[in-house]
Amino acid sequence: MTIKHHLSDELLMAYAAADLPEAFNLVIAAHLSLCDECRARSMAFDALGGAVIEDSTCEMDEGSLAACLARIDGLAQVETAAPRRADAVLPAPLLDYVGGGLDRVKWRAVGMGVRQAILPTGDKGASARLLYIPGGAAMPDHGHRGLELTLVLQGAFRDEADRFGRGDIEIADASVEHTPVAEAGMDCICLAATQGSLKFNALLPRLAQPFFRI
Amino acid sequence: LAADAEQTDWSALVFRVRDHQDRTAFAALFRHFAPRVKAFLMKSGASEALAEECAQDVMATLWQKAKLFDAERASVATWVFTIARNRRIDALRKSRRPEPEDLPWGPEPEPDQAEVFEAQQETERLGAALSQLPLKQRALIERAYFGDLSHSEIAAETGLPLGTIKSRIRLALDRLRQQMDVKATER
Ligand SMILES: [Zn+2]
Ligand SMILES: [Zn+2]
Repeated sequence: MTIKHHLSDELLMAYAAADLPEAFNLVIAAHLSLCDECRARSMAFDALGGAVIEDSTCEMDEGSLAACLARIDGLAQVETAAPRRADAVLPAPLLDYVGGGLDRVKWRAVGMGVRQAILPTGDKGASARLLYIPGGAAMPDHGHRGLELTLVLQGAFRDEADRFGRGDIEIADASVEHTPVAEAGMDCICLAATQGSLKFNALLPRLAQPFFRI
Repeated sequence: LAADAEQTDWSALVFRVRDHQDRTAFAALFRHFAPRVKAFLMKSGASEALAEECAQDVMATLWQKAKLFDAERASVATWVFTIARNRRIDALRKSRRPEPEDLPWGPEPEPDQAEVFEAQQETERLGAALSQLPLKQRALIERAYFGDLSHSEIAAETGLPLGTIKSRIRLALDRLRQQMDVKATER
């Protein structure tokens, strides 16, 4: 697999710092599962975290070490990490959210053959969804109120900017209004995280949108 | 003092914890890393009491997970940072942070000494570079890791030698993937 579109340094650093909403963390974890290039960059930002932690120190409470030594007394050591499953389409972090493989996704129609499944993330500021766009069909024309990350999991789409295939990530912000179209052939499945709400221009008159909170 | 710290082979201490449940080695790791984790958590907004408790948790986790430590791919400081990061998410009710899929290979039982040395050297070089940054830029990076900045404020162009670490890790991943492919075709 050749991935052409990658995560930015800003996003990788914020992910290393655990400073992003859950929905973005999920897309980043899914991309890193597919992309060695970004995984290596991500590990470099972890190393920067290591350097930051080395940089400042303070006093521990009296008896702190003794308390910790008492605590590890007889504490069993973990032998191996519990293996996590992935399927041909969904990387492991996504399987945890879907509660199983692709067959467990609860799709809902959003119009024009496009289906979506909102994933249960905890933050109010951003949301994550799986999108299913039939081959040859267009995503409803939309803009965003903030950052949007779209990761292709199956098939490919094109928009005004470029072509995106499995593993590719599109980073769009409020200034981008685009109409991704799935390539003919295989249906396209994407994971998208959006800050604020998505504005589907074709579905509702612009004026009504704030009231419907799509 | 700084020279002393540079000469301590932290991963060797973790291996002694891993292989012999060596409490003396653990104590040495605790004396160095626990106060740093505590400082990190306080700068992230935790109270002193909470930071103290979490620092002890992080060190106990280091004991428990010593067998999962991959010295070829991360220095002990980097590994401690990742444990502290997870503890902070729980303690300060930060957003959940899913981890990427595990690589299909765990830590190797006999890590390559040169690789282990490189991983530690790189953290030290990175630390030196960090301390030489202009004060403002350094503060920005530290604040980002303390969880104090929105991503839009973070400067990507820092001039830090992240590229070399990235290339080394990338090479290691490529090499491992090739080995995995060879093994897979041999089957
Ligand atoms: Zn990538
Ligand atoms: Zn969009």
